[in-house]
Amino acid sequence: MYSEKVMDHFTNPRNVGEIENADGIGQVGNAKCGDIMKVYLKIENDIIVDVKFKTFGCGAAVATSSMATELIKGKTLDEASKITNKAVTEALGGLPPVKMHCSVLAEEAVIAAIDDYKKKMGMDVPDTRCSGCCGKCGDTRTE
Amino acid sequence: MDKGIIYLDHAATTYVKPEVFEAMKPWFTEYYGNPSAIYSLGRQSKKAIEEARAQIAYCLGAHPTEIFFTGSGTEADNWAIKGTALANQKKGKHVITTVIEHHAVLEAFDFLRKEEGFEVTYLPVNENGLVNPEDLKKAIRPDTTLVSIMYANNEIGTIQPIHELASIAREKGVVFHTDSVQAIGNIAVNVKELDVDLLSLSAHKFYGPKGVGALYVRKGIKMESFIHGGAQERKRRAGTENVPGVIGMAAALKLAYDNLEDYNNHLGKLSSRFIEKVLERIPYVHLNGDREQRLPGNVNFSFRFVEGESLLLMLDMKGIQASSGSACTSGSLDPSHVLLAIGLSHEIAHGSLRITFGEKNTEEEVDYLVDTLEEIVEKLRKMSPLYEEFVKNH
Repeated sequence: MYSEKVMDHFTNPRNVGEIENADGIGQVGNAKCGDIMKVYLKIENDIIVDVKFKTFGCGAAVATSSMATELIKGKTLDEASKITNKAVTEALGGLPPVKMHCSVLAEEAVIAAIDDYKKKMGMDVPDTRCSGCCGKCGDTRTE
Repeated sequence: MDKGIIYLDHAATTYVKPEVFEAMKPWFTEYYGNPSAIYSLGRQSKKAIEEARAQIAYCLGAHPTEIFFTGSGTEADNWAIKGTALANQKKGKHVITTVIEHHAVLEAFDFLRKEEGFEVTYLPVNENGLVNPEDLKKAIRPDTTLVSIMYANNEIGTIQPIHELASIAREKGVVFHTDSVQAIGNIAVNVKELDVDLLSLSAHKFYGPKGVGALYVRKGIKMESFIHGGAQERKRRAGTENVPGVIGMAAALKLAYDNLEDYNNHLGKLSSRFIEKVLERIPYVHLNGDREQRLPGNVNFSFRFVEGESLLLMLDMKGIQASSGSACTSGSLDPSHVLLAIGLSHEIAHGSLRITFGEKNTEEEVDYLVDTLEEIVEKLRKMSPLYEEFVKNH
């Protein structure tokens, strides 16, 4: 069902944990859907110097969380903001169609953490992209 | 200990017992005649399937003419439900089932509702998964023609008071069907004692082969044929009989009935050991289903703050084959309808794990399972934002 790369990231997820006094924290998803992802960012001079995550969810949710953190580590905020679920999925060598929504969650968690940082810094935050998956409005998984 | 595969999903399917396989073998290669043929090779097959039918009828307390072979338990359920509802629709178009049935039953009722204009009443269950007979009494109307309630639940193992429920239907003259796919092989099912009209079973749940099941149809029950064609099964279910399959089913059923007590004791011991150790060693665990009225080999736990598919994948890496009611394992977006019906929140339902023990499982395997589970649950909780939140707030 899952590719080797997905299983590798599921079995040995990179960047699991918390960052104390994180500069940005984003949490998306809800328990009703069965997956929640929380991302912690440490940011210095607009660069993501460290990132950690915690995820409650299936194999694909854990693997995409892990891959997304790998992709944004060391990147500038602008670069990291451009992360897409497509990029995360491709880096994992693909996901089964029923699991594609999990990759959206990873993308949204990263964006939410960056937005959280920007808000704290008094910067402008664009409207959150909505895939119907983040659970904020209760209308979950309509995509 | 052997770190090969530890199979703990016997409610999904079982292996074929060697004795059963031996009984089936010659009917593939040597005695392959079509039971409908009049020559000796055909008559031999016919005789064998009739003996198998008699054996199954004997075990179930039925008459051989009341046993019909099908291609699966799902087919038996579909036939029982659609066949009787459609045959009796002049009498009424109201039918009753429960919210915790197997999809084979629920989808058959959905078909009646959406395609044939039937009205379906779904009986609720309590927090242990039990139907209240009073609810059935209240639900039966003058135009009710069929009640279908499963004997034992496939996910949480809850055993329904079928005799009591069937008696209520009998009093009101309503046909009663029970899906006993999970019960057969664990319970000494007897159709006369239960007083049911229709009962489905599936061979691969009790160490028989896949692709063969049966439907008990009490004499005099009016129902439509489901599969049209030849004159097999007294013109009620066409198609050349699965000769090795029905022979295997009969052999497996006889073995199951002969060893019922020992089998139940063995499973009961394993389940108790597993339940006790988990409750003792892993915090924030919920045992789903009824503690008493349940199949001896079924244990269904919810581990809070973890998700079922992740749990299954990690167990699989340790050689343990189990099942979950998590949405991610069901292919849909919602967790199991059974777990939601007994009142579990989505979050708790997502963290469910179903273990169904079988004949070959050992106490050592239970201990290995508990050790492994403890480790995995701890690992998953460490990376769960829900657990983090919970710890901070307590």
